[in-house]
Amino acid sequence: MADIAQQDATPAVYGGLAELLDRLRRSSEYVLIPLFALVAAGLLFSIFLLALGQSPATFFSLLWRGGFGTGFSWENTLVRAAPLILTALCVAVPARLGLTIVGGEGALVLGGFAAAVASIPLVNAGAPSFVVLPVMGLCAIAVGGLWIGLVGVLRHYRGINETIASLLMSYIAIAIMNFFVEGALRDPANPNKPSTQAIGEANMIGDVPGLGVHWGLPVGIVVAILLWVLMNRTTFGFAARVTGGNVRAARAQGLPVGRLIVISCAIAGACAGLAGFFEVAAIQGKANASLAAGYGFTGILVAFLARQNPLAIVPVAVFLGGIAAAGGLIQRRMGMPDATVQVLQGLMFVVLLVSETLYGRMPFFRARGDKR
Amino acid sequence: MSGTDIGFWGVPLAMFAGAIRVSTPFLFVSLGECLTEKSGRINLGLEGTLVFGAMSGYAVSYLSGSPWLGVLAAGISGMFFGAIHGYICKLPKVNDIAIGIAMMLFGTGLAFFFGKPFIQPQAPHLPSINLGGWSDYPQIQSALEINPLFLVGIVLAVAMWWAFKNTRWGLIIRMTGDSAPAALAMGYSVDLVRFLATTVGGFFAGVGGAFLSLYYPGAWSEGLSSGQGLMAVALVIFSRWNPLLCFAAALLFGAAGAIGPALQSVGITQGYYFFNAAPYLLTLFIMIASVSPKRSLKGAPGELSITK
Repeated sequence: MADIAQQDATPAVYGGLAELLDRLRRSSEYVLIPLFALVAAGLLFSIFLLALGQSPATFFSLLWRGGFGTGFSWENTLVRAAPLILTALCVAVPARLGLTIVGGEGALVLGGFAAAVASIPLVNAGAPSFVVLPVMGLCAIAVGGLWIGLVGVLRHYRGINETIASLLMSYIAIAIMNFFVEGALRDPANPNKPSTQAIGEANMIGDVPGLGVHWGLPVGIVVAILLWVLMNRTTFGFAARVTGGNVRAARAQGLPVGRLIVISCAIAGACAGLAGFFEVAAIQGKANASLAAGYGFTGILVAFLARQNPLAIVPVAVFLGGIAAAGGLIQRRMGMPDATVQVLQGLMFVVLLVSETLYGRMPFFRARGDKR
Repeated sequence: MSGTDIGFWGVPLAMFAGAIRVSTPFLFVSLGECLTEKSGRINLGLEGTLVFGAMSGYAVSYLSGSPWLGVLAAGISGMFFGAIHGYICKLPKVNDIAIGIAMMLFGTGLAFFFGKPFIQPQAPHLPSINLGGWSDYPQIQSALEINPLFLVGIVLAVAMWWAFKNTRWGLIIRMTGDSAPAALAMGYSVDLVRFLATTVGGFFAGVGGAFLSLYYPGAWSEGLSSGQGLMAVALVIFSRWNPLLCFAAALLFGAAGAIGPALQSVGITQGYYFFNAAPYLLTLFIMIASVSPKRSLKGAPGELSITK
């Protein structure tokens, strides 16, 4: 009790501004350490490039130009950021309950596939797009939610590790889509690349007026804000965070741990399914192997970089979308393989996780008078 | 064809042959993972190690002309990945499961990066031992063409099983995995034991990758591994951290993986992609059947984060 009184008393001495600065200094830990990790990863990657006889300066300037340099590259970046926001939310929401779910790729693929399948009878019956698109979207959300929700069920009721189960289910999801796309649902109009029947030009989601980006981006941002409110400002979110902090304490308080886990996983899967819907309805126009483009995996990195905070996910997704968008330019200009971006992302991920060890160790970020 | 056509008997035979052929990478990765998990740590990144091992093994075999040198290179590169994982995990507050995912993405990225020039060329393959010379059926002959690495894997499994039970090192690893405080009290460095176990486990996974690119399917491509490294992790749980059961489980997974190609060989192409999913479904069902939230698993290392 004495400690609390003292802590409360200290800021009064320094006044409001000093208190604010003090709080900023302490919370800057969560921004500065990931930034530091990114810089360190960039340095390590420069060494890697130098060892290969390539110029890091050229690489990073191309990265800037290809991702953020021109209006066209911004469009390219934001188109990639849209699915990344949603797949990162698929990681971040269960992470609040202490679950590491990495199956966003599978939920995206199945969600997109379900959307494309749902559109077939409607398009053939000549339904207008204001009927087709909502049905597609709802199917994608439902299938994605069920898919990751099932991971939650397996986790809670069977004790199966959610990381392994969700990864395995990604492979199963891709196999299910391939099975139908190469078989029963293959559209003869696409002889070269097996695909489902196209949803048709009239049903494609257009761009946001004035931006060369489809509606998936604003929707993703709105979903991120809604989920931030859900996880930080509601009883549900509070219960979820208690569960993530200590399952036993949550059970002792009578919280419905199983229901929280399953619902959070279903919300997560619904986000990834929605990403699949936008990939089909705004980019591909049909379901095929291009759906498994790795957005689910990059989304994991986005979520970890954003420290599982739904609001921070938006800028981080734009940042990583930019890196991905620059991949083509780097490949052409420097003659490097397309996996270059993957190496950089992997390196960033590893360094970022290593940087977790720094939390609470730097005296600069500590509260005044904390002499640990 | 009349004398050698064995009709639908070809399906079980092809599954048997497939079990021997496809199981080897499962066997090596699961033995590596078994060793790592016995010391109390989980390495989910072995999928990346497997892919990088496949690439480096193929590249070295192509450049040097010796497939065995390729196997060694794959093992050493795997060891390198294991060492990174082992070093990072000993830092405080670092999540070993997340690091595994990151190493998986990093390893596959690096393998694709360096493997680009090796997609086209043909590297020398590992030789095989023909045990089917007594039979007139070419199908049986080809089924009994066994790769030496398969035999090495069997020996390794038995040796590990024996060593866990009977040697000082085996006891130290098991003790570290069951109770870090006990190992500390006995004066052993928990971090060092786990570091070594992860490093050696990475070596095994790398060798498993070399089998993929140098024997079956026998060429380096970006779609070479499809989750074998990950399935092996689940396989270790299923075999209750017993190297001998790892071998049996690897055979089972090999057979499941061979269903699709086996049916295709007798003309059933319907559902090829569905049968491709068989190993993943099998893994999932096995986990559902063998894991329970109410009791801890028999033989599970007490320090393992994944069963807690």
